[in-house]
Amino acid sequence: MLLTITTTHQPATDLGYLLHKHPARVQVFTLAFGQAHVFYPEANDERCTTALLLEISPVGLVRGGGITLNEYVNDRPYTASSFLSVALSQVFRSAMSGICKDRPELADTPIPLEAKITALPSRGGEILLHRLFEPLGYTLTAERYPLDSAFPAWGESAYFTVTLTATKRLQDLLSHLYVLIPVLDNDKHYYVGSDEVEKLLRHGEGWLKEHPEIELITARYLKYQHSLKREALAQLVDVETPDAEETVAKHDAEEIAIEDKISLHQQRLGAVLATLKNIGARRVIDLGCGEGRLLSLLLKEPQFAEILGMDVSHRALEMATDKLRLNQLPPKQRERINLIHGSLMYRDSRLSGYDAAAIVEVVEHLDPPRLAAFERVVFEFARPHTVIMTTPNAEYNVKWESLPAGKFRHKDHRFEWTRAEFQTWAQGIAERFGYNVRFLPIGEEDAVVGAPSQMGVFVLGGING
Amino acid sequence: MTQITIPDFALVVLVGASGSGKSTFARTHFLPTEVISSDFCRGLVSDDENDQAATQDAFDVLHTITAKRLNRMKLTVIDATNVQQEARKHLIKLAREYHALPVTIVLDIPDRVCFERNQQRPDRNFGMHVIQRQRRDLKNSLRSLEREGFRHVFILKGEEEVAAVQLEREPLWNNRKTDHGPFDIIGDVHGCYDELISLLSELGYQIENDQVTPPSGRKALFLGDLVDRGPKTPQVLKLVMSMVEAGTALCIPGNHDNKLMRALRGRKVQVTHGLAESLAQLEAELPGFKTQVADFIDSLVSHYVLDDGKLVVAHAGMKESMAGRASGAVREFALYGETTGETDEFGLPIRYNWAAEYRGTATVVYGHTPIPEPEWLNRTINIDTGCVFGGALTALRYPEKELVSVPALHTYAEPMRQFLPPEDRAPGLTSQQQHDDVLDIADVIGKRLVDTRLMKNIIVREENAIAALEVMSRFAVNPKWLIYLPPTMSPAETSKLPDLLEHPAEAFAYYRENGVPNVICEEKHMGSRAIVIVCRDEDAVRARFGVIGEGIGTVYTRTGRPFFNDKALEAAFLLHIRDSVTRADLWGEFETDWLALDCELMPWSAKAQELLQTQYAAVGAAGSGAMHEALAVLEQTTTHNSEIHALRERYQSRAGLLQQYIEAYRRYCWEVHSLDDLRLAPFHLLATEGKTHVDKTHLWHMETLAKLVTPGDNRLFATNYKMVDVTDMESQAAGIHWWAELTESGGEGMVVKPLDFIASGRRGVLQPAIKVRGREYLRIIYGPEYSAPDQIAQLRSRGLRAKRSLALREFALGIEGLERFARHEPLRRVHECVFGVLALESEPVDPRL
Repeated sequence: MLLTITTTHQPATDLGYLLHKHPARVQVFTLAFGQAHVFYPEANDERCTTALLLEISPVGLVRGGGITLNEYVNDRPYTASSFLSVALSQVFRSAMSGICKDRPELADTPIPLEAKITALPSRGGEILLHRLFEPLGYTLTAERYPLDSAFPAWGESAYFTVTLTATKRLQDLLSHLYVLIPVLDNDKHYYVGSDEVEKLLRHGEGWLKEHPEIELITARYLKYQHSLKREALAQLVDVETPDAEETVAKHDAEEIAIEDKISLHQQRLGAVLATLKNIGARRVIDLGCGEGRLLSLLLKEPQFAEILGMDVSHRALEMATDKLRLNQLPPKQRERINLIHGSLMYRDSRLSGYDAAAIVEVVEHLDPPRLAAFERVVFEFARPHTVIMTTPNAEYNVKWESLPAGKFRHKDHRFEWTRAEFQTWAQGIAERFGYNVRFLPIGEEDAVVGAPSQMGVFVLGGING
Repeated sequence: MTQITIPDFALVVLVGASGSGKSTFARTHFLPTEVISSDFCRGLVSDDENDQAATQDAFDVLHTITAKRLNRMKLTVIDATNVQQEARKHLIKLAREYHALPVTIVLDIPDRVCFERNQQRPDRNFGMHVIQRQRRDLKNSLRSLEREGFRHVFILKGEEEVAAVQLEREPLWNNRKTDHGPFDIIGDVHGCYDELISLLSELGYQIENDQVTPPSGRKALFLGDLVDRGPKTPQVLKLVMSMVEAGTALCIPGNHDNKLMRALRGRKVQVTHGLAESLAQLEAELPGFKTQVADFIDSLVSHYVLDDGKLVVAHAGMKESMAGRASGAVREFALYGETTGETDEFGLPIRYNWAAEYRGTATVVYGHTPIPEPEWLNRTINIDTGCVFGGALTALRYPEKELVSVPALHTYAEPMRQFLPPEDRAPGLTSQQQHDDVLDIADVIGKRLVDTRLMKNIIVREENAIAALEVMSRFAVNPKWLIYLPPTMSPAETSKLPDLLEHPAEAFAYYRENGVPNVICEEKHMGSRAIVIVCRDEDAVRARFGVIGEGIGTVYTRTGRPFFNDKALEAAFLLHIRDSVTRADLWGEFETDWLALDCELMPWSAKAQELLQTQYAAVGAAGSGAMHEALAVLEQTTTHNSEIHALRERYQSRAGLLQQYIEAYRRYCWEVHSLDDLRLAPFHLLATEGKTHVDKTHLWHMETLAKLVTPGDNRLFATNYKMVDVTDMESQAAGIHWWAELTESGGEGMVVKPLDFIASGRRGVLQPAIKVRGREYLRIIYGPEYSAPDQIAQLRSRGLRAKRSLALREFALGIEGLERFARHEPLRRVHECVFGVLALESEPVDPRL
């Protein structure tokens, strides 16, 4: 909520001309979300500091009727966020455009500047602060706030007081802050529409194209609206430049924190698909289909005449409907596939009578005491001829340096099994429910710890099974 | 006068040419809604009752309506010509599908009369030839009607006979709803006369010289299979036949009885499964007895629906979709049950487990398949304990639902399938508990209506059920533990005092205005709601909750999630509670092995750690950092610019409020290193074996739970409370004073409850509790600076209606679930309520209330 800008350029009070704000006055600007105060804590020939203090009205903060409490108990009135960017662009509009009718040459001259931003949230820690500002030529110091000094065990907060120093045109400093503050915060208080691309291009002119973090800046500034991001990148990077897509791929690869999800998951789905094809399944269910990645592979194979996807997350099913473009499929294709909301904790007659069920990376999301229900739902009641199940191999976790020992690969994993644990469990089930089971490693196998993922294929064994 | 008697549940097919007077006949004898006419259906689909091109569609509609009505057990009359067998065939099929008796009434009216009637109607321009053709078809049909499957055929010749008809309805034979018993329902006897005599004696029947006198008002009810295999089939038959004749017993047939009857009637049957013994024993009887036996068995009705429909008895069981109906299939099911079509290793048919699917509200008592112990499953019970195979002869006393057994004196026959088999199932779980291991999704998804004792038909909307399914599946504890979820709680109406949002006066006024004189104010602890279920030991857990290997109890949150991530801590915590219960001997006091407690568990930070760090502490951190810097620059500016004063003062006051906010949440946080850092305040003793305690006052709950507390042990502590008479100014003032003291020393506030757990006012059940929160506490709800005059003014208008309606519905559902559990109902019935509370919680309501 507070930004100060100091210069030691002499006479320092020229800052008042650059900002179009008189150093002797306290000015108030009314904005949509509250008020902005501009004043000068110090103003002399050697050193001049201007302060922009935002006073955000909390009542205006509540969006959409206020469904959760965090809209009321909210950090927004105190932090440097997109509100500050909007205030900058309104209160210092001329300065941001480089217009200064009294000192036109000064607006075009790099001068020594120091900007201090309080309560700046950095979702990405101090490292991200350095990665964003240092390539632009700033020297940066950051002081992180503790979450609560009375509870040191709670650790540190995401908020910093950040001081940036550099010799720059004031216009450049303001543009950098305008773009990068919401990027650090990774949030916007307003709807991100296509005019945001234009704003980003305008304020990023002359620096964003060369910034090494262009991908992250674009993605976060446009709040992960992928089509907008592509639009922006296409305009920033020459269309002829062949490596635009490569940049994307490279960056995606970097973002994948723990397991190399793209390739491992593709291998996993590939193995499931191959098995389903091999057994000649025609009617298949994907239990825990999520956003439908396996379903989209199944749809491409005419062998699968009837496909049912089930997930416990209604939101995931909506995303699957979009991603698979279900509502645009031709009728013949459309009638091959169905999505239902359901749960593996409840028996469900809709799941009966299928040739095969795929249960990909699902079982590890279930609480161990609930496994017994899951087993009966699948193997006793749904009882498909074949069940293909995959789950991580816990032994392999040591191979990922970024994964602390004893931690699971995903926050929602309730357990991760070693190969022996999975196989013992699977064999117990096979015996109890009359299936035969075989196992397959997924991903590159290590001599000691095995493959990163493991698969069990259960086939209904008949009376003597 | 011609008397026609039809069953009160039937499909009545009128047959007659156009103009024969079917519609008039139907109007005379049936309700307008009972009659489905093909003309009317033609009109429905085509706007023209005579559009013959629409006939096919019209009959589709007619058949659909008929199916829906029959499914609901509604007598239905088909008003169409129905002169061709083709047209009747489909109706017979529908009647069979829904087990309705097909009845036909033929109006055989001369061509001339029909023709003249049609002539009088402007919309009918049939030629004489049409009517003649219809009459020809009708004549051809008359002989075949019974063969086609009609169980009653009435042919009315001429206008006069039609006009003279007196139509009466009578209940189906299986309908004995007006017979309320009480009954002693006796399982498969199979000629075990001696055991039957001792069982009847055990049940209090006086037996003298073959004269059986029941205890006053009671009646015996035999579930069939009186005969075969055992040593004294004729004696058993004589006894039962005389009791039925005397009106002291009812009897339904078993498959063995039926086969014996067929054999006695001279039909070709295989003389197996003990029939030979019966036949041999009957040879020794007087001639004529065999005919009496055959007539007796022939007269038996396949099953009975008794006691206002609350009790159904049938030899091999009865599906809900068949109970109280009549068809060959119903009789087959009653005698033999249903098989899957597969056979087991002994070559015996595998039975379809209809009881596992049973969802009906009526109790079903049956026999047929010998089992070692009678067990309840979804309100059904098999009481054939295989007396003839050396087991026991068992009776179920109804409505007491007590089982009475006498052991077999001998093993009279060897069962085909091993009797008393080694149980192939988890140790010690009942059939119901095993069945309840997996709930059926059809019992929770979609829009549902839940009928509760406190409130009729609570609606759970589909979108809310969707949300609940995800939470229940991904995060909840084993549903067998989830017998109750607490309702949300409404705050008091907004206070009229200028600087407060909540004050006790409004809560007192609410109860006073609704006619409740006495309330209890309980200190509101700022922790997290916790439901604690604690049992004496793991055996008690298995026996009552059907849970194995999950310790001696559970602690879950208001949304059904496990309270503790640390299983060892939970176990230690439960042990401590268990020991406290033992010390207070609540086990003995309530004759129970388990208790369910509604509690607050502190500190808040134990469960809300993430919320605290991502939200409460984060706002505090950002705010204090920002305020600190802002005040510094404002301070610096003041030295040379006087214009800044007002702004500086405003920020000083804002900084003060922010600090108060930080202090407010800090009070409810402390680090939990061990059990000793946890504090549990139980405030409701929800239920113990066989009962809920919602019929007690809150004072009783406070006093009972105080027994759990030992001085010096902070882990379990008693909630402070104060009784207030809301018709007495002084008493109210004392209550207000108490609240002010609590909140000024940092307390969250208090909860005002009517003295009775369940209190009703003019418009039904009242809010079970109203919270009155303190000013400082509300900072963590409404925001750090909410008390600033400009803000509080905007916050004052808040609507409580949605919150209060939600609280009541959740309360009714919560109590209902608890009561169903106390009554030992199947888990799905308990789960329905708990699931409902969770679903309602996803309704959008202002989260600050």
